[in-house]
Amino acid sequence: MPDEPAIEATGLEKSYGDVSVLGGVDLTVARGSVFSLLGPNGAGKTTTVRILSTLLPADAGTARVAGYDVRRERSQVRRSISLTGQDTAIDELQTGAENLRMMARLCRLPRRRAAARADELLERFDLVEAGSRRVGTYSGGMRRRLDLAASLIARPEVIFLDEPTTGLDPRSRQQVWEVVTGLTRDGVTIFLTTQYLEEADKLADRIAVVDGGRIVAEGTAAQLKAQVAGHRLDLVAVDALAFDELARRLGRRVAGSEPERLTLSVATDGQAGHVRALLDEVDPTRRAVHRFTVHGATLDDVFLTLTGHTTETTKETAGV
Amino acid sequence: MSDLALRPASLPGDSLVMLGRSVRLSIRNMDALFTALLLPIMLMLLFVYLFGGAIQTGTEYVTYVVPGVIVLCAGFGSSLTAVAVTQDMNGGIMDRFRSMDISAGAVLGGHVVASIARNLLSTVLVLAVGFLIGFRPEAGALDFLAAFGVLFLYVLAFSWVAAAVGVLTRSAEAANGFTFFVMFLPYPSSAFVPVETMPTWIHGFAENQPMTPIIESMRALLLGTPMGNSAWLAAAWCAGILVAAVATATFLFRRRIS
Repeated sequence: MPDEPAIEATGLEKSYGDVSVLGGVDLTVARGSVFSLLGPNGAGKTTTVRILSTLLPADAGTARVAGYDVRRERSQVRRSISLTGQDTAIDELQTGAENLRMMARLCRLPRRRAAARADELLERFDLVEAGSRRVGTYSGGMRRRLDLAASLIARPEVIFLDEPTTGLDPRSRQQVWEVVTGLTRDGVTIFLTTQYLEEADKLADRIAVVDGGRIVAEGTAAQLKAQVAGHRLDLVAVDALAFDELARRLGRRVAGSEPERLTLSVATDGQAGHVRALLDEVDPTRRAVHRFTVHGATLDDVFLTLTGHTTETTKETAGV
Repeated sequence: MSDLALRPASLPGDSLVMLGRSVRLSIRNMDALFTALLLPIMLMLLFVYLFGGAIQTGTEYVTYVVPGVIVLCAGFGSSLTAVAVTQDMNGGIMDRFRSMDISAGAVLGGHVVASIARNLLSTVLVLAVGFLIGFRPEAGALDFLAAFGVLFLYVLAFSWVAAAVGVLTRSAEAANGFTFFVMFLPYPSSAFVPVETMPTWIHGFAENQPMTPIIESMRALLLGTPMGNSAWLAAAWCAGILVAAVATATFLFRRRIS
């Protein structure tokens, strides 16, 4: 069934007691593509991954992964997928090679083939030197790479990565991105959750923005960015009078306002021409704007635009 | 709805791989290994040379106390299973194992079998130290084998209890509390001093708790003391605890991971 999607979920619901975690999630992921579920902590990303990877039964809804029903054909699904969760799934007291050989044996490879597969993956993930050392001595980035290598042992069709780069330094994050990009060349399907717009943007063919257990937008990175303009222009007025004047001229385009700091935010594509034209339009006398800054759109901007509210983390950092 | 696809066909193979893992982890967990090996030696020297002089048991004290020290050390070693299991339950590896279609019983089973191997080692160590300081058992090969059989049942039962505790607890520190409990259970029994020397109010507990028949039957096998019904009582206790512990561990495991 080559035309069947790699993942197809309809109306997934899950609640714990009175707390609804997923309120009807629908998704379709084409074979061989990278799909990213983008959202803040508590949006329901991990719950979705756990349901799709057979670890958690949904309260309602159906899902098929790699052509099998996640509830009725659990073993078949498990043999077609791999899951890399937020917590590293390797033993610190075993060496990198031992971890991989163990996973290969658990995938029922005979001893010799298990060893060969382990060596092959160590080579591919640039861990040959480290392979004979205990994982306890590895850096965060190396652990993640080994964790990803372990997930590939059985050549899964569908790979679930739950926040693969959370907590990693920028260099390790870059390495993980390279690994994921490499995987797509093998034709596997990747389902990735992330809190970072940049990550989804860089890796995913399609992105679904999830908030409060619902998918609030879905599309390619370009389509989503078109909705949020991609950049934000912050204007600092010279005084309160100028602030009011700027606000009046911008009208409904104001995306954020902080009167006490005389700052107004407005969406832009970040192009010099657009910024220049905008400044000329709202400040024709060239006296009202004291300073301006351009920021890349953050997940918070996506959220503000798509859901009309900011994420929890924004509230904490907004006052800084 | 049960969340476990137990596939009996793969259980032995998976268990073997898991056993290899558990043994490697046991050997490399230096702190625990050091304690597990040092404990028998220290306890033996402590009881024989520091307390032994003051305790009258009718025989050489070293002869009396060796079965008690074996059981105390094996109890400690078995209870370490709780720590190993809880680390698996609360780390990322359990999700990986489950998403790999591995028989779930293999994960707990691997830890239990590793515990048995660990305790065999510590028992041999206790016997060796005992022998060095004057322990002279009067047992034939069959008696020895039977004594190891009793110990095996005891370790198996308590390792499964520890596995259940490990599934239940959320941190290694909490799991360690169980170690403490098992370490103290032999004291109010005939392990180190005859029950008759204890205050009367504790006789009821000391004579009827599982440690006493386990230790008494080992003493009977190793030293030729009267067996009475100790062997049956020990076997019944261990079998009862084993069945209850396996059922509880499996139930808790399924509930925890669904």
